[in-house]
Amino acid sequence: MKLKQLESMLGQLQQFSNPKVELEQYPTGPHIASRMLYTAENSFGDVSNKIVADFGCGCGTLGAAASLMGAEQVIGIDIDSESLEIASLNAEDLELDINFIQCDIRNLVWRGPIVDTAVMNPPFGNSNKRCRHGFSFSSTKDCFSISLFITQDLNKRGKVASFDSSRL
Amino acid sequence: MRLFTHNMLSSNIKGVANGFPLRIEAEQVLEKQVDFNPDFLRNLFPKLEWKALVDGARALGYAELPEAADSSMLESEEFLRKFHHALLELHLEEGALTCPETGRKFPVNKGIPNMLLHEDEETSLQLPGSLGSQMLVRITGKQ
Repeated sequence: MKLKQLESMLGQLQQFSNPKVELEQYPTGPHIASRMLYTAENSFGDVSNKIVADFGCGCGTLGAAASLMGAEQVIGIDIDSESLEIASLNAEDLELDINFIQCDIRNLVWRGPIVDTAVMNPPFGNSNKRCRHGFSFSSTKDCFSISLFITQDLNKRGKVASFDSSRL
Repeated sequence: MRLFTHNMLSSNIKGVANGFPLRIEAEQVLEKQVDFNPDFLRNLFPKLEWKALVDGARALGYAELPEAADSSMLESEEFLRKFHHALLELHLEEGALTCPETGRKFPVNKGIPNMLLHEDEETSLQLPGSLGSQMLVRITGKQ
């Protein structure tokens, strides 16, 4: 999958129609999402044939990108049922096969380390201070790597980072 | 919900020590064909709880899996095909997952398990530090 191709496919995805400010539901744009997963795959080898989890998947852009980049299984997790509904429709539209779970990430309990890579565009507490302390992961320590899309300034200053979660 | 997901999920209620495996109550089961990838199955096998997969498959109406499995069986295509079918092609579309300790039911609608908790079931959310802020510190160097 070429970067341009990936970006254009992600551009077709439906985004939040009524974003919930308290959940910081800003969309993950196709430009940054495509670059994030393209980099995670081509520079770090973290996507293809891997099990990828999208924490706080919203409309499922990052999960879809992971799936398009060849992830073997993708799991999208979100607290909001409306988001998950849009994410399921998005996956269907692109003929992607994504697993969804409705759960508050803070209460998510994995049985053991199965996920290889976690991707996320989490709430950073821009509009809700509680979110800043909310997206806290013990479960991600079980992943081998985390690709994170940082947006402090919404989509203007996005950065892509990849970390070895054992160093967190 | 696939049995792949079921094999990872554990009951997340406060005070529950053995929340795995969740018991499956099936109302509607779907089958969707998925490309067969033996290498993926071989890699995943050691990470799975086989018994939970066997019981889950049975709850979804598929009883072809052997009760016990070991890695030598991963050479058999016949075994891998059954494993593949149970793990990835069966979907719990409507039904529930029941916590083995408390009996609390988590509904599954349109294939999506709802693991949201009531307030009195949550463990304390005051975990030390958040990943988001840790990451920001790391990248921007600012606290």
